[in-house]
Amino acid sequence: MSGIPHDHYEPTSNAEKWIDKRLPIVGLLYDTIKIPTPKNLNWMWIWGIVLMTCLVLQIVTGIVLVMHYTPDADLAFASVEHIMRNVNGGHMLRYLHQNGAMLFFAAVYIHIFRGLYYGSYKSPREVTWILGMFIYLAMMATAFMGYVLPWGQMSFWGATVITGLFGAIPGIGEMLQTWLLGGPAVGNATLTRFFSLHYLLPFVILGLSILHIWAFHTTGNNNPTGVDVRRTSKEEAAKDTLPFWPYFVIKDLFALAVIFALFWALVGFMPQFLGHPDNYIEANPLVTPSHIVPEWYFLPFYAILRAFTSDVWVVIAVNWLSFGIIDAAFFGVLAMFGSIFVMALVPWLDRSSVRSGRYRPMFKWWFWLFVVNFFVLMWAGAMPAEGIYAMISLIGTTYWFAYFLVILPILGVIEKPLPQPATIEEDFKASLKKKSGGNGPSPEPVPAE
Amino acid sequence: MFKKLAVSTITAALLASSPALAAGEKGEITDYAFSFEGPFGTYDRNQLQRGLQVYTEVCSSCHGLNLVAFRTLSAENGPALPEDQVRAFAEMFEIWDPELRDWRVAATPDHFPESQFEGAPDLSLMAKSRVGFSGPYGLGINQLMNGMGGAEYIASFTNGFTGEEKFEAGSMFYYNKASASWVSMAPVLYEDGIEYADGTPATASQQSQDVAAFLMWAAEPKMVERKQAGFVGVIFLSVLAALLYLTNKQLWAPIKRAAKED
Repeated sequence: MSGIPHDHYEPTSNAEKWIDKRLPIVGLLYDTIKIPTPKNLNWMWIWGIVLMTCLVLQIVTGIVLVMHYTPDADLAFASVEHIMRNVNGGHMLRYLHQNGAMLFFAAVYIHIFRGLYYGSYKSPREVTWILGMFIYLAMMATAFMGYVLPWGQMSFWGATVITGLFGAIPGIGEMLQTWLLGGPAVGNATLTRFFSLHYLLPFVILGLSILHIWAFHTTGNNNPTGVDVRRTSKEEAAKDTLPFWPYFVIKDLFALAVIFALFWALVGFMPQFLGHPDNYIEANPLVTPSHIVPEWYFLPFYAILRAFTSDVWVVIAVNWLSFGIIDAAFFGVLAMFGSIFVMALVPWLDRSSVRSGRYRPMFKWWFWLFVVNFFVLMWAGAMPAEGIYAMISLIGTTYWFAYFLVILPILGVIEKPLPQPATIEEDFKASLKKKSGGNGPSPEPVPAE
Repeated sequence: MFKKLAVSTITAALLASSPALAAGEKGEITDYAFSFEGPFGTYDRNQLQRGLQVYTEVCSSCHGLNLVAFRTLSAENGPALPEDQVRAFAEMFEIWDPELRDWRVAATPDHFPESQFEGAPDLSLMAKSRVGFSGPYGLGINQLMNGMGGAEYIASFTNGFTGEEKFEAGSMFYYNKASASWVSMAPVLYEDGIEYADGTPATASQQSQDVAAFLMWAAEPKMVERKQAGFVGVIFLSVLAALLYLTNKQLWAPIKRAAKED
């Protein structure tokens, strides 16, 4: 499937031949699980499995939670407490689902940063990247709607603020918001439709994930060097790769067990730590919490949303140029969605011919600044939108856009990349020698361009 | 790169989630030591029973506990009252039965009554909807080790009246240093205001800690079960991780050996 030469599935028994003629599913699964995978993948390549496990965990715990949950504005809050108190193992199911969403996002952020550092988005993996961005958007929608379901104060007011974003769209905004909410304000109609969509979207994510995997199985995995697997003969390909099963499955399962041990400790010993206490107060349309804060995984984008206040000159300029159609609120909404949009365009914005950040001396600095900036935005998003925090959000947001729209295109032109290894095999051997402390002959470097 | 990312993710999650930063708590919260803190902490059933007594004799005259069923008072990991005492306790309450359309004596499957006044919040989840200390320096490290501090908040609050009063818009308000605000709830816990059934000296501080512990249990009745599941799960996953580590090492050994010899 991957275009890397390797042994394909051959049905041997009569039964296998019979089924293979009618539905070649065994062959498909065989080729998927035995796909040639670059030998030199490091520990940053384990997050895909973690994410797939998170999706399964969320779907399984979610399906059981639905058996006990009541999607009704008067009953939802009490029904969650019913799960926590009366359902066998209900408290664990609920905490696993709640904290599972957080593990899901932590993993997806590391997975995206991995892709950004090693240039996994670059040709020919653009479709994999775009599908990944769609998965991420679907995850955000799912998590947001799921957070509304317990019908606590933060659920209610979070829903009010976020659906208010759509209300900021000029002209059709108010209509759109009413249509989304099923009424003039967040209420029972909102809860039931969010519940329905929260059940639907994970299966959309599952479908997108299958496409995501199909796409990179077609192009082959990227790897820490960004150097392509040799494809001229099966022998050469075999020197660069190993079959996914068992080598990478076992490696990934080990990493998964470590991560789940930590995750389980979080769920067992401090399941409230990353949540918000206000969500243990039932939703009350008459009482607004003093700070409406989204879950931590939305904070960077929340900071971007709030960064553009009406006194920022860009906002003033755009407002004037658009004859007042684009005000500060709408500008913030555009910036928030724009921040993900520019990230989706990165395969075309990054002009460097070198894939991996390992061989890009200038890129490295800007990349790590981007990571730090992400966490600064996360912190700023948790703060009240005033004074110094608004300024920090604005600077962080500017860097976010500058990274994709200015820095990456320019770096591609002015940066002089370091020499890359000729083959993956070479890199694999070099990394082993480095670890064992041997002073073997270093691999012959070749110029990057 | 992995380590850097993991460390920074955790740090940022700590920073971003730290409730002190998010909510800007200004009140004075005392870091009381409770038996249920830490990964192995459990509820002290004597304390829960005393706390139940404080709730019943003092708090319940205004505040409800509507998400808690009487039957759960016999929970092994909770107050662990004997069945006959639970039954007798439930029968002290009268509840509205929507099927009878009348009041009747409560039975063990029924829940505690609702609050008596609209202004008095239900206390079932109070210990989870408040956070306490989040030090040092607002980093939330205390909370990581000792829980979110809802019980500390309740104990500090019930103990936190400074005695300042003001009359405004037709009602009395009392200053509370735990919430750092004027509240309409009057101080209610006094030295020897109640007489503990087990003979413990009923200081105001003792009462406030006992009722805080009881309300923590009311908010998180499955805490002990949860920690047990956490403990078993972590042990199981650690052993699994160790075995997988060895499997992985052995699986890759011939590949690495061949690559080194080459």
